[in-house]
Amino acid sequence: MKEVYEVRMHGRAGQGAKSGSQLLAEAAFREGKYIQSFPEYGSERRGAPTVSYTKIADQVLRSHEPIVNPDVVMVLDFGIMRSIPVAAGLPDTGILIVNTKVCSAEIKKLAQFNGTLYGVDATGISLELLGMDTPNVPMLGALVKLTGIVKMESLEAVLREHFLPKIGEEKVQKNISMLRKGYQEVFK
Amino acid sequence: MGVRKAITGAEAAAEAMRQINPDVVVAYPITPQTPIVEQFAKYVADGIVDTEMVPVESEHSAMSATVGAEAAGARAMSATSSQGLALMWEIVAATPGLRLPVVISLVNRALSAPINIHCDHSDVMGVTTLGWIQIFSENAQEVYENLLLAIRVAEDTRVQLPAMVNQDGFITSHAVEPVEIFDDALVRKFVGVRSLNRALLDVEHPKSVGPLVLPDYYFEFKRAQEQAMSKVFEVYREVGTELSAITGKQYPFFETYRTDDAEAVVVVLNSAAGTAKVAVDAVRAQGKKVGMLKPILFRPFPYSEVRDALRHVPVVGILDRSMDFGAYAPVYSEFRNALWELDKKPATQSYIYGLGGRDIMTTEIEAVFEELLSGNLDPEHQRYIGLRG
Repeated sequence: MKEVYEVRMHGRAGQGAKSGSQLLAEAAFREGKYIQSFPEYGSERRGAPTVSYTKIADQVLRSHEPIVNPDVVMVLDFGIMRSIPVAAGLPDTGILIVNTKVCSAEIKKLAQFNGTLYGVDATGISLELLGMDTPNVPMLGALVKLTGIVKMESLEAVLREHFLPKIGEEKVQKNISMLRKGYQEVFK
Repeated sequence: MGVRKAITGAEAAAEAMRQINPDVVVAYPITPQTPIVEQFAKYVADGIVDTEMVPVESEHSAMSATVGAEAAGARAMSATSSQGLALMWEIVAATPGLRLPVVISLVNRALSAPINIHCDHSDVMGVTTLGWIQIFSENAQEVYENLLLAIRVAEDTRVQLPAMVNQDGFITSHAVEPVEIFDDALVRKFVGVRSLNRALLDVEHPKSVGPLVLPDYYFEFKRAQEQAMSKVFEVYREVGTELSAITGKQYPFFETYRTDDAEAVVVVLNSAAGTAKVAVDAVRAQGKKVGMLKPILFRPFPYSEVRDALRHVPVVGILDRSMDFGAYAPVYSEFRNALWELDKKPATQSYIYGLGGRDIMTTEIEAVFEELLSGNLDPEHQRYIGLRG
């Protein structure tokens, strides 16, 4: 692992970019890593583009600067690629994961990224299993499949810890299924 | 050993408040309030603390009720940010004169106008002349520990002055980081209970609080307040030593990082100090001797200790996250003052950075070191980091 592993999540307010980056950070924290997770706040309202950061390291993270050259970029809504250069600072060797049914030529063009683009139908998975559009959890499954940056067990434990008091066992199970399906169904 | 948790700076402040278990917490619950009060209100609702939580209709009322509770003899706390502190100002000014050791958490954010909610030190720098103890925190861990420290320093019978514990808005308050929360029982023993020797509700010993004092004695009140402030240094050291027994850490007036042989030093408050440490390491890796000084106790200001720490340094760059329009910036002013006594003074340069939440990058601080080492200085004029052309 490089000194600081950096993940940037782009989404729309309400899609869970902030909680997604926090879940990822907490999973790494459970594995004994040092972490930072922070959103970039603008004029928050549902649907507005948001960005959120996760840093994971073996050493104490002292810098508080935002992520400029991420290792991974996750896009929770491919539509925002029309207005936000999501791949900015992402090296060609980096990983771009987009919530999409297909990695079509149009999606690739919108992403403006020369490296490998991965897709996962996070919205489809979420609608199918939970009946609502919360793409962050299946996206995290895809991230684990592609990078192994945290273990699935850690993410599942964090999901349980966070959501059990709020949404109960049945929906926690559905979220864990969404995570696993995202892991299984990520494609090039 | 404590428990490590992944929490935000705001939650770290709420954790400290949970362990302090104040008698009263008063807060205005709406923007610009921060998640500190939201989290603490959960502790109250869940019965984890037995605090009387009083939501009020404005920050002016919040500070007024906090002062009222503290005068009655309670341990009272509050939390606010930016415009909230501005609206509290009248009572913020009154609190030290009343000699009430209120402790509040301040999340440092920009003042209007233009409207902005992001990190900036304009809020706190507008109240540094009012007589509060001011403590700054680099990260969520320091927020937590500084609040525990502040309670004891403020309430010490030699001091009896209010204290404000600062953290950077969003960068610290909303960022999740690992924080070690120390043992509840040990911390509760450390914070103890507030002495009731000056309580208004102590009916056996009736007294007045906040009387009219005309030119006959106002001056003497203020002189006594200043003398109390001068006692903070020794009390801070003593309390810091006690807290060290729990945390294993040191509580200096300021932190120095690789300054011993440094030929250029950057001075910077709060979260940017962490970023500056990374910049120091990067510049050191190129064989250049640079270091960083992070003020922690900003009021009272430790002039002689700062002077001793920097007397050997050829050039010092002082970074401010607020401006004093038409005058030298607040942190720069203090350091320039502190160094003035020296026969052979370090050269100084004032920099303004990060207003209204403008990001400060490691590479920008590296560039500051390059400039300081180059000798291209203009101590009469402040320079700007990351300003758009």
